[in-house]
Amino acid sequence: MAGFFGGVHPNDRKALTSEKAIEPLPAPRQVVIPMSMHIGAPCAPLVKKGDSVTVGQKIGETTGLGVPVHASVSGTVVAVEPRPHPNGTNVMSVVIENDFQDTRCPDAVPPADPEALSGEELTRLIHEAGISGMGGATFPTDVKISSGLGKLDTIIVNAAECEPYITSDDRLLRETPERVIEGLKVLLKIFGLEKGYIGIETNKKTAISILKEQCPGEIEVRVLKTRYPQGAEKQLIQTITGRQVPPGGLPAAVGCGVFNAATCAAIYDAVYLGLPLVRRAVTVTGSAIRTPKNYLAPIGTPYTDLIAAADGFASDPYRVLTGGPMMGIAQFDLSVPVIKGTNAITCFSQKDNQEVKNPHCIRCGRCVGVCPMHLMPLYLYQAERKDNIDELNARNIGDCIECGSCAYICPARIPLVQSFKNAKAKVRAAAAKKG
Amino acid sequence: MDNETINLTISCSPHVHSPDNTRSIMLDVVIALIPAMLGSMYFFGLRALLVMAVSVAACVAFEYLYRRILKKDATIGDCSAVVTGILLALVCPATIPYWAIIIGDFFAIIVVKQLFGGIGCNFLNPALAGRAFLFSYPVLMTTWPKIGTALHLIGSNADAVTAATPMAALHQGTLPADRLIDCLVGSVGGSMGETSAILLLAGFAYLLVRKIISARIPVSYVATVAVIAFLFPQGNDRLVWTGYQVLSGGLMLGAIFMATDYATSPVTKAGQIIYGIGCGLITMGIRYFGSYAEGVSYAILIMNVSVYLLDKIGTPKRFGYVKPKKEAEIK
Repeated sequence: MAGFFGGVHPNDRKALTSEKAIEPLPAPRQVVIPMSMHIGAPCAPLVKKGDSVTVGQKIGETTGLGVPVHASVSGTVVAVEPRPHPNGTNVMSVVIENDFQDTRCPDAVPPADPEALSGEELTRLIHEAGISGMGGATFPTDVKISSGLGKLDTIIVNAAECEPYITSDDRLLRETPERVIEGLKVLLKIFGLEKGYIGIETNKKTAISILKEQCPGEIEVRVLKTRYPQGAEKQLIQTITGRQVPPGGLPAAVGCGVFNAATCAAIYDAVYLGLPLVRRAVTVTGSAIRTPKNYLAPIGTPYTDLIAAADGFASDPYRVLTGGPMMGIAQFDLSVPVIKGTNAITCFSQKDNQEVKNPHCIRCGRCVGVCPMHLMPLYLYQAERKDNIDELNARNIGDCIECGSCAYICPARIPLVQSFKNAKAKVRAAAAKKG
Repeated sequence: MDNETINLTISCSPHVHSPDNTRSIMLDVVIALIPAMLGSMYFFGLRALLVMAVSVAACVAFEYLYRRILKKDATIGDCSAVVTGILLALVCPATIPYWAIIIGDFFAIIVVKQLFGGIGCNFLNPALAGRAFLFSYPVLMTTWPKIGTALHLIGSNADAVTAATPMAALHQGTLPADRLIDCLVGSVGGSMGETSAILLLAGFAYLLVRKIISARIPVSYVATVAVIAFLFPQGNDRLVWTGYQVLSGGLMLGAIFMATDYATSPVTKAGQIIYGIGCGLITMGIRYFGSYAEGVSYAILIMNVSVYLLDKIGTPKRFGYVKPKKEAEIK
């Protein structure tokens, strides 16, 4: 099997939660549902303060690229206002006071005969169910589908879950593999393809044997070497098909479409259960958490509720991350809600602090050896420090996927990803100036 | 849970790091040098230990003072000055006066390393540049004591019984009086740490196991030397000539510990192999045609300045890049 160049082996620490079944979260008193949980334009709220809403009711309509937003609990809207969002900004959100009745929206019913739906109808249904990529990037799934129509020959379900600590996809595959498999079959039907792949890392042995048992002949389970970033889209495609997505191109350019395992399960829920994307599995983990667990949480649940459910902090948290430690976003306000791309909340205590004060590059070259995009991070870092835009472009800064392998391996602990985010901003600014 | 009382750190991902750090890497290099250091004490006595101790202390002190006086962050904790101190001592004869090694340390740490920005910024290997500077005193740098001579711990050793090094004989185009096995074990004349190939190879094995260096530079370097020696032998026996060329002089110490210095060697795979080959070619050029008997340190110093160019040559192929098809192929 083809592999990808580079990569790192961080301690995965998945054992903290890998044997913890996904349990329903005690119903939150309030949920905060942002109008922007996808890449694209924020939705416009359809409800106002005082309205009563039901589970699955559409409360935000798209205004451009995007998917609609739905209520995840039944109850009363108590506010429609900007609230803190896990991306670090304040985003227009609908705040719902839970009535604990769990009343289902009468519109949220499954189609009479799901098998009879055409590809176009299925894509429409996926859009209406508010499904966007659940691996973290949150790209609207229906747009991914329609932009790939006629171009794809390979559909891959991303079940690699290469981020350390996170087990929400692993548990999903162990507990309800049929949802992922059926979701993939829906995608195969839409694209008119015969065969699909599920890519999964070797460290999920139970999930692999369950999948191998349950997958029909047209779905091939590809067991992948456990190596970060195996689950990065370009690296997953490279490992499974040997194809390299061209610079600046989309996976469709090499005939591939990659869909996260949880996204496939959401497609199943929408097509066969009539349920929009209103809840998801979230791993609550890390050294600062007293009882790390997996929860099925309504979208909009504040982090504080999830952390409290996991028996709170065992020690003062030093960092709280949306996602895992390699690409997760550090949070400063724990009232932020779970959104569609929130696969984990990882909390570290002070003993995990590995920062150094004045990092000096020693030119060991390890960053070059691990970069899965074939870049030379040490020279990009130099160019960024000198604001050398030409050098940044010549060294293909735009190819960087910000996986963090270089910054992980760096013995000097230089914040390379931060430098490259800055570098990209500088390159964009310079290009804008040029006109 | 009160939001107000929690102090959260915000920074860019990733939030975990490999346990290795600069200090642990430098300490691994020191560990890899322990066999050679013990060997130098065995062959040249307690004075070898004293020279190393003085050199390390001077390097650390110079680095500390420079950064203190110029109000820069302290870097002696990374232990790179310790490595420089040991390496410079190992490439000098055990008879070297303490004042001389301190001058070499000054040149290595202050002029070569710190004036260019400190760790990682120097373009020459500090220890080798220090050695090259000390060749301003050629007699001091070539007074090779005979193995087992009792050297004065304090004071001049100008009166020490000296020994011819195998390199001197090779330079004349003749085989040395020492047996090949002596060159392997190290009981021959030479700089403190360079004589025993086997002890240096033990350090090499440790560095490989700990993944501190790759084998690319040392192997391509030594292989180049071996191939040239084999192709152009002097004397009757190609293999014996090749054996002496590989095991004598500073080749092992240079190839394993000097040419692999991070700051002054390429970071790309192709670059490292070309670099090793270049070191080998220049070394043999000096050994065969130069007026110095040994060429390792100058070969590495010359290749040091080609590193940026070699990295350019070795730049990995862009991910997903496909050569645009020529018109003829499209048709």
